[in-house]
Amino acid sequence: MKIIVIGLNHKTADVDVREKLAFNGPKLEEGLLKIRELPGVSEAIVLSTCNRVEIYVSSKHPDTTYETIKGFLSQFHGLDSAALERSLYFYKDRDAVKHSFRVASSLDSMVVGEPQILGQLKDAFEFALGKKTTSILLNRLMKKTISVAKRVRTDTRIAENAVSISFAAVELARKIFTDFSEKSFMLLGAGEMAELAAKHMMSFGVKSVTVANRTYERGCDLAKEFNGQAIKFEDFLREMVHSDIIICSTGAPSYVLHKEEMQRVMKERKQKPVFIIDISVPRNVDPEINHLANVYLYDVDDLQGVVDTNVMERQKEARKAEEIIEEEIDSFEKWLASLDSVPTVIALRSMAENIKKEELERLMNKLPELGEKERKAIEHMASAITNKLIHPPTVALKEDAEDRDALIATIKKLYALNGDDQEDHG
Amino acid sequence: MAVLLFELSLTFYFAATIVSIIELFRGSKATSRLILIFAVVGFLFHTATIVIRYVVAGHLPIVSLHEASSFYTWCIVLIFFYLEYRYRLDLLGPFTMPVVFIFMLSSSIFPREIRELSPVLQSYWLGIHTFLAFLGDAAFAMAFGIGMMYLIQEHHLKSKHLGGLFQRLPNLQILDEVNYRLITLGFPLLTLAIITGAIWAESAWGSYWRWDPKEVWSLITWFIYALVLHARLTAGWRGRKAAVLSIVGFLSVIFTFFGVNLLLKGLHAFV
Repeated sequence: MKIIVIGLNHKTADVDVREKLAFNGPKLEEGLLKIRELPGVSEAIVLSTCNRVEIYVSSKHPDTTYETIKGFLSQFHGLDSAALERSLYFYKDRDAVKHSFRVASSLDSMVVGEPQILGQLKDAFEFALGKKTTSILLNRLMKKTISVAKRVRTDTRIAENAVSISFAAVELARKIFTDFSEKSFMLLGAGEMAELAAKHMMSFGVKSVTVANRTYERGCDLAKEFNGQAIKFEDFLREMVHSDIIICSTGAPSYVLHKEEMQRVMKERKQKPVFIIDISVPRNVDPEINHLANVYLYDVDDLQGVVDTNVMERQKEARKAEEIIEEEIDSFEKWLASLDSVPTVIALRSMAENIKKEELERLMNKLPELGEKERKAIEHMASAITNKLIHPPTVALKEDAEDRDALIATIKKLYALNGDDQEDHG
Repeated sequence: MAVLLFELSLTFYFAATIVSIIELFRGSKATSRLILIFAVVGFLFHTATIVIRYVVAGHLPIVSLHEASSFYTWCIVLIFFYLEYRYRLDLLGPFTMPVVFIFMLSSSIFPREIRELSPVLQSYWLGIHTFLAFLGDAAFAMAFGIGMMYLIQEHHLKSKHLGGLFQRLPNLQILDEVNYRLITLGFPLLTLAIITGAIWAESAWGSYWRWDPKEVWSLITWFIYALVLHARLTAGWRGRKAAVLSIVGFLSVIFTFFGVNLLLKGLHAFV
């Protein structure tokens, strides 16, 4: 039995192909059950997210099963099979295991290190469990995959640094302030970017929100949305005395906040630290302000710089993650190998041979007077008995039946064949 | 026995320092835990050393440079544990243990014999005065470490180079708060130490204040920290300025501690 993965993702397929192939809502259950019923498919899991559609299957004949599933996909989703072929990837054995580990660890994601994919994979697995479309092999693969992804998360810093501008702003704020819930937040101007950054900031819970916008009405609307208060734009300097985090994007053609003004503000607030995020282009805050004590000013380029460093940082961590994954594949492969029937057949046969040899020797020692002919006859009989005794279990092992994995375990136990490791059955 | 325990303690502080350096370059939960474990074990041996010397000498072992720097180190580690317990600041260990190790090492260099205490000094004021002074100075030592952390983190944020230790250093606000806390702890202790010292001096030598170099330098230190607190409360000297001042203050502490003894001679010559 082999593990295979068939699928496509944001790298291999455009969004319109991904859309068509998605297993949404009721389609998921229908598709999953139908795939499970396809000839040659023993187990199935369907993972469908906006960036990827993947089908995890165990099958005896990977290549023909791939063709079968490909045919099914094009028919089920009404897609031209040639177009589908171009977008699909197909992994088997070790590659399939590796792919599964990499996907869950978010190494294959559009934003490397994003955390959602693991949850999505867990959901897909649980759904398949609920529909009973999986068994020993995929269950084991999924459990291992989840634990590998967790190990990658804890052993590397792959998910630690923000890789979007608004998250970078939040990350910086958290290195300046301890507790957002005692901080006041001001929006200066009400651009779209500012709104987005504000939303991220708000999700960490600030004490109060103030909006100062040139058009007062628009400011009021936004303030309502954030449960804050609106003030007249002209009053923003006075309000800054009480604001700890300021996001500025007024769309003004020049600076609206100058160094001298900020100096006065800082004096009035007794030098309590301020974090100013100027996401307007052209800039609205005099960059000189960053040189004032306890003022931290970041503009769009600065934030982009932070994001770029973080992306690089993640790539470095991704390399560590790949090493972890290689290690884990080895341990998974060992377990897979222990499922294989060949070593068990060999072990069974050699056990029988050993018993035969021992008993024959003992008998010959006791009866040295036997002639060549008698000896041959006795040896022949012994071989016949052992062969006949181990014949049925050997055939059963080689049969490649659905429950073979359980059978192997049983035979090993019955005949006390302490073959290779039974490691971590977790 | 005391010698062996002292060496063991020094060894564990050394191990904690080595792990601290590793932590700075390749930190993980394991390394920071290891630092704490080594520090705790070192501290236990250290405590035993001090207790044994106390029993043998019959007074707090702080009457030679060896004993004084050993006891000072002990006070620093004590405050380090308090901060770990209370605030759990990332990377505090790496900014503390090297200092601890250096003080312990300097203690190991000085002659270790237990000295007779001159009769004028045999008083319960010895324990009270020195314990207050050492604990206060230990708080200033930790404020120094925290101040360094603040300056590094502040530099990252201002220069917008967010590599290095940026991710793992604590945020500026908490560093500033803890720095302030430590100075508000150290300052009254230093004040009390100066007062009890004066009272003791009066009973031992007949005058409260004799402009002995140690007294003068303690006073200078006292003024520096008084300035830190005053400027913070009135002019909002927080953050960077407070961090710099806490570093300057600590240099003064160090000079009062070692410099005065090694370079200038005075009544405090033994300590």
